[in-house]
Amino acid sequence: MTTETTPSVSIVLTGSGGAGVMTAGSMLLDAAGRAGYYALMTRSSGPQIRGGEAAAMVRIATHPVESHTDRFDLLAAIDWQNVGRFAAEIPMDGASLMVGDPGGGEKPQNIVASGARQGDLPLKEMAKAIEGGRPNMLMLGAVAAMIGLPEQAVAEVIERSLKRKGQEAIDASIACVRAGAEAAAELPPVPRLAAARGDKSRWSITGNEATGLGAIRGGVRFVAAYPITPATEVLEWLAPALKKVGGVLVQAEDELASITQIIGGSYGGTPSLTATSGPGLALMMESIGLAVASETPVVVVDVMRGGPSTGIPTKSEQSDLNIAVYGLHGDAPHLVVAPTSLGDCLFTTQWAVHLAEALQTACIVLSDQSLGQSQAIINRPADVAFLAKREKPALTGADLKRYAITDSGVSPMPIPGTPGGQYTADGLEHAESGTPSSAASDHKNQMDKRLRKLTAYNYGDHWADLSGAGDTAIVTWGSTCGPVGEALDRVRAAGGDARLIKLRLLTPVQPERFAAALDGVKRVLIVEQTHGGQFYRYLRAHYDLPGEVQVFAKPGPLPIRPAEIVDRLANWS
Amino acid sequence: MDTNTASASLTAKDFKSDVKPVWCPGCGDFGVLSSMTKVLAELGLRPENVAVISGIGCSSRIPAYLNCYGFHGVHGRALPLAIGLKVSRPDLTVVVTGGDGDGFSIGGNHFLHACRRNVDLTYIVMDNQVYGMTKGQASPTTEANWAKGKLTPGGPGINPFYPLVIALASGANYIARCSSGDPNGTAKVLAEAIAHPGFSFVQILSPCVTFRPEQREWKKVMRPSPVEPTDDPARAARRLMSDDGLNTGPLYIGSRKPYQPELKASVTDLADLEREFAV
Repeated sequence: MTTETTPSVSIVLTGSGGAGVMTAGSMLLDAAGRAGYYALMTRSSGPQIRGGEAAAMVRIATHPVESHTDRFDLLAAIDWQNVGRFAAEIPMDGASLMVGDPGGGEKPQNIVASGARQGDLPLKEMAKAIEGGRPNMLMLGAVAAMIGLPEQAVAEVIERSLKRKGQEAIDASIACVRAGAEAAAELPPVPRLAAARGDKSRWSITGNEATGLGAIRGGVRFVAAYPITPATEVLEWLAPALKKVGGVLVQAEDELASITQIIGGSYGGTPSLTATSGPGLALMMESIGLAVASETPVVVVDVMRGGPSTGIPTKSEQSDLNIAVYGLHGDAPHLVVAPTSLGDCLFTTQWAVHLAEALQTACIVLSDQSLGQSQAIINRPADVAFLAKREKPALTGADLKRYAITDSGVSPMPIPGTPGGQYTADGLEHAESGTPSSAASDHKNQMDKRLRKLTAYNYGDHWADLSGAGDTAIVTWGSTCGPVGEALDRVRAAGGDARLIKLRLLTPVQPERFAAALDGVKRVLIVEQTHGGQFYRYLRAHYDLPGEVQVFAKPGPLPIRPAEIVDRLANWS
Repeated sequence: MDTNTASASLTAKDFKSDVKPVWCPGCGDFGVLSSMTKVLAELGLRPENVAVISGIGCSSRIPAYLNCYGFHGVHGRALPLAIGLKVSRPDLTVVVTGGDGDGFSIGGNHFLHACRRNVDLTYIVMDNQVYGMTKGQASPTTEANWAKGKLTPGGPGINPFYPLVIALASGANYIARCSSGDPNGTAKVLAEAIAHPGFSFVQILSPCVTFRPEQREWKKVMRPSPVEPTDDPARAARRLMSDDGLNTGPLYIGSRKPYQPELKASVTDLADLEREFAV
């Protein structure tokens, strides 16, 4: 039997609660990593707190990938209970294959209707034949063999992850993997992976972990936060990591406390951060304004989910853009940045810490569920030199003015403990000394400086990631950069091209740089994951959009697929 | 507290700023301000090692009137701001000031959790049973039948909040009541509260002469508690059951260990943190 090889294979593993789907998915991802491939895994599950049907969507490729494709090559199910619930998330077609346990219930009609080829894999029965055997490990072995992952890589991952369970558990699982691989030989073929050629130093990491690492690398040593989906993993990673580096994470009573605790931490001179999602960000708004007015640096990570209200906590959307940019009361200039990929969560968060500290203001980092909760095998992100560095006064004493009007707009900030640096930070409008003032001149001068420090700063090339050429430009941001980038790869492979602008710095806006990036284009396509076109309206408000402008806006929970973008470009009307 | 003490002794005046208070003539908060400057000097603290944190309201203006580090934040959130500061900078002496509306209404949840968390802070609430800054509405500690509040015609009609009872039930480590009309007695309690480890809560009845002129009487009717403070929460609770709200002095002095995570690095090379991600 010969099968074609391919640079990319997409697999979905499903089953009901407790069947071990997620474990098998993680092991498949890590085995791909060990074998030299790149990979991306997203998880989907029912609303149950524990158990419930689950799906692990894994794409494995010979090259770095930042998006799923339009379809899946293989669906493997431990059982079929409620798997139909995922039908919209796992597009299949006549070339796809669905395999599962014939004893695991009826195959869902809405997936069968895709026309996918079918195969049977009696996982439960086979597992019974192996001492300590488990169906999910059989599935892992079968899938790995079908797509051509070396058994050695799978065995190594099993040895590493089951070390604590003992040799018997390891042997049983490896026996399952072998049995699964043998059974797989009888199944209809799926494309096999071409030879791996991955970089030596690759990481297996989630976006939320990358965000946490970026925070610590930037210098954050105090975090206060309240748990919320899908931001919690940022905090779960940070809590022990901060402890190791002499910092601390405090679990606060609510988001009102989280944001004010980090303002207090930062006032004391410690770079401070909180992470939340839309509902928490909404609660924090008043105090983010306090950070702006009192010029206290803080970083607020918002891992966006479907809104409004409780919305869809486990699914991605980009619909907190408006509140992040416009949500503060009063004229409150502040920073809003967004990572352009899962791995970029590290860079963008580290940069955010640097910017907030240098400019003594609040910086909101807009990550999203799709970046945050996906796990990927990526090249190790490059080290960058951005660190927290706050300007401190050279002189203290009677003449010190905490809110001194300066050319840069940044006023040196004394840290408590510094003799002669005493001042009262204030959310009330104030004179240069910090004394409350409602004088028109003080209000104007202080607002001018708080704006000037942001607009006069040179953000360098980091304001956006630019690529491509031609008279068509796509402007996008956040996790949507993934499928758009994949779409452009296809366009380029077919001999075409377009410019791609992935915006990282959302405020303050960069009109000159943006105009230069779009110079001469005839068509602009704006891609975003919202219902109301928030990104399009934001761009319209702040930038000149040349030529014909079209918007591809789609709310969550379904991800934007590369083919949708290719199609929109091909059928421009 | 030891490391924050002065080598050269300072006086109350050294802790006063030159900013003129916005308070009405006769406001009880003047007395609290003078008790605070007095006690900070008496404790031998240095202005640069003290931070006074507040929210919004008449009494929350205090940080600007002091010569030390201060933060005048948003309404109701002085406690979490102070917790963030103290947890990350345990070397500082952190005092929180505010009123009954700021602390028990909009900031009520933080009050419960600050008592519970027991960070080494002193929380001074200048209680005048009214919202003064917004011109005379009922506060959480206003009597049910106080009929002069414009938003609550005929009186709020709900029972007042009992700050000492709540503080005790929530785990505060030091609980006392003072009268702003007795600045020396107040200074004595504040000195003890600041020196005591953990979360110290001091309610100071501080008259609003503008909207509650009848509170001028407090000076006459408030008196030192006839009994010594206790370290037994059950005993303190029984005393509060028969409390008329006018006894002054410490009620409860506990010995619960303050919340203070150790800020000691075990990893010096940040590359150690990324090892877990290597494929």
